Amino acid sequence: MGTSQTNKPSGDAGPAPATGTQGKYPPDAGHTSGARPAVHREPLIHLSKRDDVALPKAVLIRLAAVALSLVVCAGVIFLLTRLNPLDVYKGFIDGAIGTSRRTWVTVRDALVLLCVAIGLTPAFKMRFWNIGAEGQVLVGGLASAALMIYAGGRLPGPALLAAMFAASLLAGCIWGLIPAFFKAFWNTNETLFTLMLNYVAMQIVTFCIVFWENPAGSNTVGIINSAKNVPSYQAGYLPSLFGNAYGWNVVIVAALTVGMYIYLKYTKQGYEVAVVGESENTARYAGIHVRKVIMRTMAISGAICGLGGFIIVSGASHTISTSTAGGRGFTAIIVAWLAKFNAFTMVVISFFLVFMQKGAMQIATQFKLNENASDVITGIILFFILGSEFFINYKVRLRRKT
Amino acid sequence: MGDHVDLALECRDVTKRFGKTLANDHVSLTVRKGEILSVLGENGSGKTTLMNMISGIYFPDAGQIFVDGAPVTIASPKDAFDLGIGMIHQHFKLVDVLTAAENIILGLPGKGRLNMPQIVKDIQALTGKYGFELDPNQKIYDMSVSQKQTVEIVKVLYRGARILILDEPTAVLTPQETDKLFAVLRNMRADGHSIIIITHKLQEVLAISDRVSVLRKGAYIGTVDTASATEGSLTEMMVGKKIDLNIDRPAPLEPRRRLSVRGVHLKNAEGRHLLRDVSFDLYGGEILGVAGIAGSGQKELLETIAGLSRAEDGSEILYYAPQTQPEAAAGAAKAQTPSPSEGAAADDADGTDGATAIPADAAASGDHTVPDGPGKAAGPTDAATPYGAASDGATAIPLTADGAAATDLRSLRPSDIRRLGVRLSFVPEDRLGMGLVGSMDLTDNMMLRGYHSGRGAFLDRRTPRDLALRIIDRLDVSTPGVTTPVRRLSGGNVQKVLVGREISSDPTVLMVAYPVRGLDINSSYTIYRLLNEQKQNGVAVLCVGEDLDVLLMLCDRILVLCGGEVSGVVDARSSTKEEIGLMMTGKVTQTA
Repeated sequence: MGTSQTNKPSGDAGPAPATGTQGKYPPDAGHTSGARPAVHREPLIHLSKRDDVALPKAVLIRLAAVALSLVVCAGVIFLLTRLNPLDVYKGFIDGAIGTSRRTWVTVRDALVLLCVAIGLTPAFKMRFWNIGAEGQVLVGGLASAALMIYAGGRLPGPALLAAMFAASLLAGCIWGLIPAFFKAFWNTNETLFTLMLNYVAMQIVTFCIVFWENPAGSNTVGIINSAKNVPSYQAGYLPSLFGNAYGWNVVIVAALTVGMYIYLKYTKQGYEVAVVGESENTARYAGIHVRKVIMRTMAISGAICGLGGFIIVSGASHTISTSTAGGRGFTAIIVAWLAKFNAFTMVVISFFLVFMQKGAMQIATQFKLNENASDVITGIILFFILGSEFFINYKVRLRRKT
Repeated sequence: MGDHVDLALECRDVTKRFGKTLANDHVSLTVRKGEILSVLGENGSGKTTLMNMISGIYFPDAGQIFVDGAPVTIASPKDAFDLGIGMIHQHFKLVDVLTAAENIILGLPGKGRLNMPQIVKDIQALTGKYGFELDPNQKIYDMSVSQKQTVEIVKVLYRGARILILDEPTAVLTPQETDKLFAVLRNMRADGHSIIIITHKLQEVLAISDRVSVLRKGAYIGTVDTASATEGSLTEMMVGKKIDLNIDRPAPLEPRRRLSVRGVHLKNAEGRHLLRDVSFDLYGGEILGVAGIAGSGQKELLETIAGLSRAEDGSEILYYAPQTQPEAAAGAAKAQTPSPSEGAAADDADGTDGATAIPADAAASGDHTVPDGPGKAAGPTDAATPYGAASDGATAIPLTADGAAATDLRSLRPSDIRRLGVRLSFVPEDRLGMGLVGSMDLTDNMMLRGYHSGRGAFLDRRTPRDLALRIIDRLDVSTPGVTTPVRRLSGGNVQKVLVGREISSDPTVLMVAYPVRGLDINSSYTIYRLLNEQKQNGVAVLCVGEDLDVLLMLCDRILVLCGGEVSGVVDARSSTKEEIGLMMTGKVTQTA
């Protein structure tokens, strides 16, 4: 360090400089004014923002990130467990899609995650940081469960399902509207507000479990409507479609995905959401009723998340507990962001995340690893994927040799 | 380049690239000790990038900077400070609740105990030496813009800077304040300081600097001695070709009242007055300029009219729709007014009257400007325009028609204004933060003001797309296409898109705020031309500007604001910059 050599432009940029004044100022002529040492060193790393990255290049960088993460994971796995990483990876794939049942479980969970992510999308597009999906899912699930318990066997099957569908929408909608109302009228911080409502929702569920406990003393609700030979047997369960137990789940979530894509891209309301998200000033200038848009969008966002609760309760777990949402409300945030709010990219991302989760669970049991081992692996892979975005946006150049 | 003497600073072949754009391409620059150097260039020519490299905010990709003849590396603003380089940014970085002295020493290393009296004394010695007017114990929030600027300069000097960089220092000053600043800068120069001034006001360059260095599109064009330069020669260096700097000012034709603002008060959430009793009339066919120190209520005035802020009860903002479009008869500039010319004959008389009688100092000065009181509804007296028409009771002026069509905009929101068919266009100051959505493409931006039209829930993108294509073609917008996000466009093109959209709705009243801020000369003249075109089409144009020279050349009348109040309306053809400058500071109020 500290050499006073000039960095001549390394000939990569344009014509040679016209003014070759070398020698006029010998490198060490300085130090004239007081104690100012001529520090002279180029920083080690240069970052420059990329203008525009061609799509193939961006995809390549991401793929490289995944590949690199797998290599690093292999190293970590080996160092920590002395297992053959390839075996572990095989276990991974096996766990996620090894059998038809496992594949469908992966699909089922990915659908729920996707549903919640789709629900979050309009809110995030509006820059309304809805981190209350967890609670919105819970209240939606709670509404569904309540109807299963109280109306099961009394309403004809389709009517019950329709009622549950509507009730979960409504419950999620209300849960979304509360913070939106306060945001619109008093500009409260939606991040804290929605987060806190998650806990409120959990408390309400805890409260309901006291009434719905089954069997008594278990402090759980158990599988609702599981008693055979009564009219309520399996009332409010989503029936199979096309011979598949999760057929309806696929249909509903697929419809939501396409619908949300169209809503945001081709409708006037979707346009308003985008403008409000970009700048409230612009929205007001354009004559958009900002309060109305905030509340409407959060109603939609909450409602879809609530519907996620319905899909979980009616289409998968058939029970309700405080962990019904199971962190999906938060994971969905990652999905939405990674997909940059593109509904179709979200499909890929949510499947990928659930795939990772299921695979990780498999290796945890198969190799008797602590379940946290899977978190480590998922974490490493996510780290690389998120990190690759940096390299997509910035060009990095190291210091030139002098 | 000058003799081999006492260079305070030299940049040699400095190059900086942002993505694909070459912001500085082998730029070389020398600053002597004890001189004032102007760095001149249009927006986007790389002035600010260069200064940011000198002050340690960016790091050059290639090239070398020398201070006092020694090569240096300036990797951070702190490095720059250590080398005695201080930059005064356009946007001040001061803590409002602290005093000037506290701001000046903020961040400096020192002992645990502050000796404030000593510091104040040091500062006073410094300010006395160079002729600053500054009370070190005054809080920043009590200060005017020019005082804050003084604090910034003293702050840099106090830290021992010998090379000062001022980024557009006069943009926020009145002519009188500018003179004061220049006096201080000359004192500093006499004391051996080197000063770099970034500006694009040619007259100031000529007034203050010893030498001028010109940049164009990132390239270094050359340096000339100010003594041998003229406005014309500098412009030519800056733009690369000769440019006619005169702005057209056609005479207003058939001025007809379109907007009548009466006693408008506006308060912010804390109850402070942002506008106080603002009254004026705006006529079709004229450009009414609005002048004032930055933050005197210009923005608030336009936003209040546009329905973005709601004026206090009792305020009136009356809009007169052109019902019969009587301009038809005048035959001037008919380009786009779709007017059925019924009643044209009747208007003829008035037309000639209004068109010819523009004598600035038109006798009747007494009665025409800023009529006070809310009594506007009273018919015929209103006929008097500042252009001298119709004092003869001009039967032709469709007063009654206008009167009947008056709409009070005070309590309306932008959506109501639109719904009522009020043709009010507004080009706001904050182009990408209000007028346009930066991340959206041209098409989506075109529909910002009209996306809701048409039935159904879905957007119609075809009409806005056609409009975008038309604007690109007519205004010569340089863009890769209609699907490019407007944020990617250069400032001039962004403004063309915005102005193009606002004009396309065929407005009756067009409000523009700082329409040429940040634009290069060519784009600026395009905008002036567009405004004049609108004026000739009978549109009432309200134009907030900051460059008094331009306002005086472009406008017919100028409304001067000071602290949210109208200090007067003057005739732009017969007023001087100095008069307006005094009105801006509230030292003089006057009507016409």
